[in-house]
Amino acid sequence: MSADVAVLGAGMHPWGKWGRSFVEYGRVAARAALADAGLDWTDVQSVVGADTVRSGYPGYVAGATFARALGWQGARVTSVYAACASGAQAIGAARAQILAGLADVVLVVGADAAPKGFFAPAGGERPDDPDWLRFRVLGATNPAYFALYARRRMAVYGDTPEDFALVKVKNAAAGLLNPNARYRKAVTAEEVAASAVVADPLRLLDVCATSDGGAALVLCSMDFARAHGVADPVRIRAVSTVTPTYPRTVLDLPDIATDATTAVPTAGPAAAASFRASIARAAYEEAGLGPRDLSLAEVYDLSTALELEWYEDIGLCGPGEGASLVREGATALGGRVPVNTSGGLASFGEAVPAQAIAQVCELTWQLRGTAGERQVPGARAGITANQGLFGHGSAVIAVR
Amino acid sequence: MARTRTPVVSGWFTQDVPPPAPMAGPAPPFRLLGTRCTACAAVFFPREDSACRNPHCAGGGDLAEVPLSPRGRVWSYTDGRYRPPAPYVSDPAEPWEPYVLIAVELEAEGMVVLGQGAPGVRLADLTVGAEVEVVGGVLNEDAETTWLTWQFRPVGPAGRAGSTGSAERSGGGS
Repeated sequence: MSADVAVLGAGMHPWGKWGRSFVEYGRVAARAALADAGLDWTDVQSVVGADTVRSGYPGYVAGATFARALGWQGARVTSVYAACASGAQAIGAARAQILAGLADVVLVVGADAAPKGFFAPAGGERPDDPDWLRFRVLGATNPAYFALYARRRMAVYGDTPEDFALVKVKNAAAGLLNPNARYRKAVTAEEVAASAVVADPLRLLDVCATSDGGAALVLCSMDFARAHGVADPVRIRAVSTVTPTYPRTVLDLPDIATDATTAVPTAGPAAAASFRASIARAAYEEAGLGPRDLSLAEVYDLSTALELEWYEDIGLCGPGEGASLVREGATALGGRVPVNTSGGLASFGEAVPAQAIAQVCELTWQLRGTAGERQVPGARAGITANQGLFGHGSAVIAVR
Repeated sequence: MARTRTPVVSGWFTQDVPPPAPMAGPAPPFRLLGTRCTACAAVFFPREDSACRNPHCAGGGDLAEVPLSPRGRVWSYTDGRYRPPAPYVSDPAEPWEPYVLIAVELEAEGMVVLGQGAPGVRLADLTVGAEVEVVGGVLNEDAETTWLTWQFRPVGPAGRAGSTGSAERSGGGS
């Protein structure tokens, strides 16, 4: 178990389709986090940027881009790219610097201006890129992968499209209460069922949109927090950024095949969810906590069906029991362990480098008890979980 | 001018050959090609030719080309109701025709491989666990080239019914 770092400030730029630069979203989110922390930008000793590949310089320079937008002040800079796990790696880098004594106060920023429609690889003929290949050879979009998982759940566990729709209904109800969410409107199961099929069995309202947005955190040492007059801050106790273990037996983006088990036999079905589950397991081990300690969780609902998978992977229930949790209302606001109290990607949409940071913003507000109408009463511990393309794990555990 | 028949990715499946002359006998069966580490027996698809990626491999082996199982069982399946972005090639002037994607579990390799369904294969023809076979097919055509790929189709009545008439379009090879 490692030492804690404090979350002194959290901030966002509201998510939506604003037509501005990712730099603007990041700057606004950073200013909000600094104001929340009660610090000046010039107090910050290090800035870590989670990179966008689409809207900034393709050379991954987000850390310095945000520092420039805030005004050059000589801070140490780090830029990280790990697809959807970029935000968690940015938090991980900031935390490592604080625990190593390299900096007392670190600003973490992620922002993006995402194009409309399916995510697609960069242009050109690039047959050495698995992401390029899956589009060229198969036309396999991200929702196609989510649909494969959804169909598999229907066949193996008996989940239904109606179960999947319940996730959207639940997350929309939470997003309705979040001023930073893009979609703030209740959704009914009938509306989900009436939306167009994107990739059978998933419909438009089962799949998250692409968005613009930004999120930022001010992290500091526990000593700095106390000296700053914050005796009992929200603390980050674990950051998991694990890679998969060989052989990876679940088909995953952007690969078109899994590893073979000819050299290293696996334990069969138990290995089925191994990568996603291993991300959470590593976080729990580092934090010295388990699923029973959770007050809430923020997980990547790239599709409604995928949220059910995360329930199982973060240990809220056993394999195949995810649908029963959402049916019982256990994961809704007011339930036993609310999941995606922010409204999730269903309500925010994807702004890739900002997402894992936004998840920790939500944990921070919940653990402080300042989440307003979506507050989980007495929240003491929460986990975030997602994964990034090409095998990037991401989970953060925060406690109060 | 006849188009050149070219695999969309070289070395991933057996080379397409012209339909055999009447007296030459049947064409060799279509197979996906992977590589196998001679030191640890790890199999890779798409083929890995630089180094074995099994972290427990003692090393020192070669990566030898191997044909993968010709049949497997459906792990899952879906379709694409919206036109995928480039580099997927489709004619924007034509109405979008959804295609089926099938993830197939190859038992001998313990591996799941994703592929498009053969022409005529519909979602209704598929169930998780059903047996499918790999066949050669056409991904797309441009002025000079017929781009070849692998496809899956159900084994048995659904497969034969579903692929009637498509064998010629896919140029045999299966």
